[in-house]
Amino acid sequence: MSAVLKAVDNGVNVEALLGARAALTEAPEAAKFVWRAESEWQNGTHTESTVQRFFGLGEEQSHVQEYSYDTDHPEIFASEDKGSTPIEFVLVGLAGCLTAGIAAVATHRAIQINSIKATIEAPMDIQGILGIDSDVRNGFDGITVSYQIDADASEDDIKALVAQSQKRSAVFDIIANPTNVTVEVNK
Amino acid sequence: MIDFRQKNVRSASATDVIVIGAGHAGLATSYCLNERSIDHVVLERGEVANSWRKERWESLKLLTPNWQSRLPGFSYTGDDPDGFMSMPEVIDFIQSYADFSGAPVRTNTTVTSVRQSGDGYRVISDTGEWQAKSVVIASGACNIASTPKVADSVPAHITTLTPHQYRGPSQLEPGGVLVVGASATGLQLADEIRLAGHDVTIATGEHVRMPRTYRGMDIQYWLDCVGILNERYDEVDDIVRARGLPSPQLVGSVDNRMLDLNRLSDKGVRITGRLMGINNDTAQFSGSVNNVCALADLKMDRMLDAIDKWVRCSRTDASIGPVERFERTRVASAPKLTMSLSDGSIKTIIWATGFRPDYSWIDVPVLDRKGRICHDGGVVDAAGMYVVGLPVLRRRKSSFIHGVEDDVRDLTAHLDSYLRATKPAMVASM
Repeated sequence: MSAVLKAVDNGVNVEALLGARAALTEAPEAAKFVWRAESEWQNGTHTESTVQRFFGLGEEQSHVQEYSYDTDHPEIFASEDKGSTPIEFVLVGLAGCLTAGIAAVATHRAIQINSIKATIEAPMDIQGILGIDSDVRNGFDGITVSYQIDADASEDDIKALVAQSQKRSAVFDIIANPTNVTVEVNK
Repeated sequence: MIDFRQKNVRSASATDVIVIGAGHAGLATSYCLNERSIDHVVLERGEVANSWRKERWESLKLLTPNWQSRLPGFSYTGDDPDGFMSMPEVIDFIQSYADFSGAPVRTNTTVTSVRQSGDGYRVISDTGEWQAKSVVIASGACNIASTPKVADSVPAHITTLTPHQYRGPSQLEPGGVLVVGASATGLQLADEIRLAGHDVTIATGEHVRMPRTYRGMDIQYWLDCVGILNERYDEVDDIVRARGLPSPQLVGSVDNRMLDLNRLSDKGVRITGRLMGINNDTAQFSGSVNNVCALADLKMDRMLDAIDKWVRCSRTDASIGPVERFERTRVASAPKLTMSLSDGSIKTIIWATGFRPDYSWIDVPVLDRKGRICHDGGVVDAAGMYVVGLPVLRRRKSSFIHGVEDDVRDLTAHLDSYLRATKPAMVASM
């Protein structure tokens, strides 16, 4: 029997990622990034936010275009529902980050991915944000991410992909660990 | 040629090699230098096996069984090959080795500076100076107990201890104890402090879970058989990660017990995520404890798979026990994310957050931006300088007592060639 290493294509350029890792190990200053978003209130609870420019590799960078997002609240909160709630955006960020990580780690480990689907649930007691009960926190009680992954690998290897992705996920870290937040008001 | 204009020439003894440190690694180096008839002196800040005498807690036993305790030309000959040495026994073992090998050790001699000088190094100590062509750093991997930045924010009324300061539970005041770190150190201390009746919480980041025995044999037997211990530093997938791994959750004990987070849970120890911050006298823990436990379980199973595969391919010895798998690490459905440090429930915090070497006395530009010594398998980035006894220096087993021999043989061979190559032509032609 001859072993043939199957070419894996998950659409992730792992060579480029590994190259960047090696280059940034040598030049840690270039690894310092700044992410930005801008937002403008529209009406009621509707806000429009945009992202385009960020800083990294020692200079200003830009997405290929500006991306725009609407956040609002649903009609049961007497809002106009012009977009998802900001809370749901956090879940979108987590899903996007973990799933990208799974694809990248899979490619590095030569595992072909056929599909990755996730369902995220985050219970919340809104007595917190409504100021009804000060013992209830504003945020989620917890977050549960359930993955359904079809890949050419064993169950344990797939579990290891998901575990490694969490270990290297920025959004997972941002949610799971404390971050100092400074909000200023400028004229 | 001697430069007579040189000022402040202090008398220095000359030798070919200075070995710094008379622990197991320094003494093994000395033994191999003797085999090659290379002139050398071993400088020791205290006594032989100094860190084992002064920087270990009372109940500590080696993580490796006695049958594995060996050094070049020397091995354990007692009647309990499957036992684990206590600290007095380790000290006795290393002292016996020093006596047996006749190593030229200068005790109570603290090196304060090593710098490049002439074609070698000037080694300055509190009892004299040496000029040597080569220096072997064997001063240990655990000189300094590392503490995280968050340690600065601990309220003043809480006692904090590093493993170097901790001797045993009797030294603790009554009350709650937070053990930070889930290495062998963290688990062993949490276990014995809980046993002494304290309320104990252990903050758990990434860790290495490992059963003490597997299929009837000590885990070290399997790590050796499967070839994990002999894996070379230049074959390891991510050497920086391998060198920074916490010690596996093992304890050397008479009952060969498995020491893991499940055992601690059973004893009533509270398990939280990694300590991430202290804000307004409140400790904040990471919400990632599920994942770090899942990672450790998956990695342990991969190791057990490798052992099973080795058994299938290499031997069919009937005395080998059946395949085992261990219960997943149990994590509370909602582990604590915060803990008050001001309400009196926590009296002591123990930093089981790793160790690092002390290189403050090295005045040669061989340290990287994080203070680690730059070397290729122990050959330091300065001609004639070597380092031994660090984790995964040349092999996975490098930091174990039995792991130092292969490294030291490789490095003294390299050192020997270096001395021959740099021998002045004039001397060579005499």
